[in-house]
Amino acid sequence: MLKLTAETLEEIRRHGEETYPHECCGVLLGHIDSEAEVREVQSVVRAGNTRFDSPRNRYHIDPRELIAAQRLARERDADIVGFYHSHPDHPARWSQTDFAEAHWLGSSYVITSVNQGIADVTNSFVLVGSSEETKKFVDEAIEVSATATEGKVVSKA
Amino acid sequence: MKIHIPTPLRQYAEKKATIDVPGRTIAEGLSNLTGKYGELRRHLFTEDGKLRAFVNVYLNDEDIRYLQNEKTAVKEEDTISIVPSIAGGAQPGTAVPHKCT
Repeated sequence: MLKLTAETLEEIRRHGEETYPHECCGVLLGHIDSEAEVREVQSVVRAGNTRFDSPRNRYHIDPRELIAAQRLARERDADIVGFYHSHPDHPARWSQTDFAEAHWLGSSYVITSVNQGIADVTNSFVLVGSSEETKKFVDEAIEVSATATEGKVVSKA
Repeated sequence: MKIHIPTPLRQYAEKKATIDVPGRTIAEGLSNLTGKYGELRRHLFTEDGKLRAFVNVYLNDEDIRYLQNEKTAVKEEDTISIVPSIAGGAQPGTAVPHKCT
């Protein structure tokens, strides 16, 4: 399960609307409870999309931005728990490209469809498996709360 | 040198976020790292011993691909970051069928 506050979810969705018709992308910082299989997001970090050749249907985060996000996470006593990106005028489902390029096992991959500039469905998928050869995406429920302690399920992938 | 381990790989390194290893080059540092934590090897290297294509290695803020790759010299106070790539995107016509509940 991925836990978000309404504010962080809105931040993700707004980012997708702002970059439309291009894909947006960013990093989710928070804490992972591996035993309970819960990833709790505390904050989101926007990243730039370096795929200038095909920004409408591709994204790539500069590794230097990931290093900066890791540094920020350490300062906040947190971890990178996942990533997000948008699918402009395309469903909030992982594509073969998403799968082929996914390498952070145990992390959440959040996808928001943005139709005609308006954020629509947001889904999350967790990359499970123990290696590149065994990895797979699994639907992940999203729990949204008004605060970090009050939960309410509003979306289930 | 100090090596930062990304979240997914910490389970293979006693859950440590940062590990100090000796070495005069990136190659020596990574060799000492995987020598100590053997499970990391298959996640970082292919079977023929090459760094996996999606594994980025940075010396401080420089991609080693733009330096001397694994032969890049390293000082004791340097910081190495292992950063699996993040990329993807919608690919019209190839989305995996999916039923929302």
